[in-house]
Amino acid sequence: MAQAAALSPALREEASEIIGSYRGQPSGLIQVLSRLQEKLGYLPRDVLKEVADTLGVSLTEVYGVVTFYALFTLKPRGRHTINLCKGTACYVRGAAQLIERLKKDYGLKPGDTTDDGRYTLEVIRCLGACGLGPAIMIDKDVHARVKPEKLGEILSRYE
Amino acid sequence: MAKVTLTIDGRKVEAERGMTVLEAARLAGINIPTLCYLENLNAIGACRVCVVEVKGAKALQASCVLPVAEGMEVWTNSRAVRASRRTTVELLLSDHPTECTTCIRNGTCELQALAESLGIRRVRFEGEKHGGVPDESSPSIVRDNAKCVLCRRCVAVCEKVQSVKAIGPQERGFETAIAPPFELPLADSVCVNCGQCTLVCPTGALHEHDDSELVWAALADPGKHVVVQTAPATRVTVGEMFGMPPGSVVTGKMVAALRRLGFDRVFDTDFTADLTIIEEGYELVHRLQEGGVLPMITSCSPGWIKFIETFFPDMLPNLSTCKSPQQMFGALAKTYYARKVGIDPADIFVVSIMPCTAKKFEARRPEMTDSGYPDIDAVLTTRELGRMLKEAGVVFDALPEEPYDDPLGVSTGAGAIFGATGGVMEAALRTAYEVVTGKTLPALDFQSVRGMEGIKEATVNLDGTELRVVVAHTLGNARKVLEAVRVDPGRYHFIEIMACPGGCIGGGGQPIPTTDEIRKKRIEAIYRVDRDMPLRKSHDNPVIKVLYQEFLGEPNSHKAHELLHTHYQPRYQYAQL
Repeated sequence: MAQAAALSPALREEASEIIGSYRGQPSGLIQVLSRLQEKLGYLPRDVLKEVADTLGVSLTEVYGVVTFYALFTLKPRGRHTINLCKGTACYVRGAAQLIERLKKDYGLKPGDTTDDGRYTLEVIRCLGACGLGPAIMIDKDVHARVKPEKLGEILSRYE
Repeated sequence: MAKVTLTIDGRKVEAERGMTVLEAARLAGINIPTLCYLENLNAIGACRVCVVEVKGAKALQASCVLPVAEGMEVWTNSRAVRASRRTTVELLLSDHPTECTTCIRNGTCELQALAESLGIRRVRFEGEKHGGVPDESSPSIVRDNAKCVLCRRCVAVCEKVQSVKAIGPQERGFETAIAPPFELPLADSVCVNCGQCTLVCPTGALHEHDDSELVWAALADPGKHVVVQTAPATRVTVGEMFGMPPGSVVTGKMVAALRRLGFDRVFDTDFTADLTIIEEGYELVHRLQEGGVLPMITSCSPGWIKFIETFFPDMLPNLSTCKSPQQMFGALAKTYYARKVGIDPADIFVVSIMPCTAKKFEARRPEMTDSGYPDIDAVLTTRELGRMLKEAGVVFDALPEEPYDDPLGVSTGAGAIFGATGGVMEAALRTAYEVVTGKTLPALDFQSVRGMEGIKEATVNLDGTELRVVVAHTLGNARKVLEAVRVDPGRYHFIEIMACPGGCIGGGGQPIPTTDEIRKKRIEAIYRVDRDMPLRKSHDNPVIKVLYQEFLGEPNSHKAHELLHTHYQPRYQYAQL
């Protein structure tokens, strides 16, 4: 697994402050994680280790909670966000095949980010473009009637 | 306790309030099948195999988490119940590799037994399979998540009994996997290799790392002089691999069986258990008299050693520097014994038969090579030995009782009781008393340190000196004792710790099933072995006396330190992150 670029020292310091305020409080786990997610945009490994040590929770449990809730991410957001619609209309018109293709060609799962930090995939429900399905929105651009074989060309436009 | 009366399958059954329907049914002799349930440890209603029909309830109920109630009417085997169980098990099987004939748990798998007892002949469902490659990073334990049914019994043991928490549920939904954090290989986790998870895993998802091929190869090599040692606890358990009742003492048959496999010499770890008592006893007396670090803690259990290195590295100076009996044996086999028989130690291959998966890890510790060669070349658990004997067609029940070979096969009852919790303490006290007081011990049995109680404290009067001792088994109990010592370092002089419940008789390499009831029978057997030995004190072992005269000099001598003692290393939890 590629390690994300380190946080700035100032941000890392803030993370430690947040964690420190839950010292010895295992029940504060979800709360501290969600504050860190909000502050840092993701949850780096060394931060999770500090959470485990400071709260007195096993790292096994910390990682279990992080990977259980979709709210938490282990990688920083990609430079571009692909919002893929899996609403009813887009679904029947082939959204699942798009997800399959993204997984195969980019190793991308919903909620995940490519190792090179280029794309983050989010699955959403309805862009209000049901007549244009399957629809995806990359950053602020909507792409309509996307076919799996056209995905590569579309994505290549986003460096 | 208040009693309630309920009806199960049309029979009036009395139960205590607070009991579950499953417990009440079992007490009444009614069998409800289970899969994720583990007595006293895991009752989470997850697998839905134990469902029952309850009058007035909308849906079937998981009996392992359903409290009994007055007047409750329960059916455990109605048509709806049986149909539900079948569907549940078929769904599990639809995502399970159907390689039962080649699986290490063939014949001891609970999923297999369940499918058989439910009469499942066909799986109606087809769907995605987990697949994946087994994690063989650990020398002790293999994780094969393709066979995992997510029952969480391993998680319960690792957390509640051992307080290690190396593995837990990660991800969610179909992606859920029981794994170390960050899905690290087991070898990079805080796993201490105790193998208790392999005892409770219902399937082949967690099992011992099988090293039998290494041993077959050595036995077939005419250039190798292959010697074997048998741990104290194996002589009261290996019979179970052949259907003998728990608690059967099979020492002589095991020796005969090992000869049938072709080992050149069959020796006994009980011999080096006696030696451990001498070395550790003198170390304790030295620490008591010279103001050394106290309390001193035993160092025989390799799961315990990795545990203290990982979770209490600040307390490593409290550990006895003695190697475990397994490692002492190897070090002597390749020095003293090699010289005595005139064989180049490079040609000696030492195999251990152990109740323990962590012994495999211990044997591979880089520092365990003081003779210039690895002390131990291969470690087999009781289960692996049982399988090898079956493969070789050895008819275990029909074997004669044969004695161990000289000289490393001579032992006392004190060595034998190493196999049960409290045994090392008792053996040490038998020797320490006589060494310190110069008098003969009036009564050999120290009942206060025996038995399944988790933490056993005792005070022993050594001719005016009060020795405060404590015995703990399971790492959860070890943690409690260490935390108490941190607060009050003067609380004890000497501590025995064994990683596994019941001590080595309940080790992670022992036959499946291993339950508390079975552990108790094995413990009784260990004390029978002790009682029937002509010598019962380690310092009375005649070969130990000769060994010191001919080779080691005296207890804790320079030579003894070089070969029989070791050092420990702090292991910081997840230092790689």
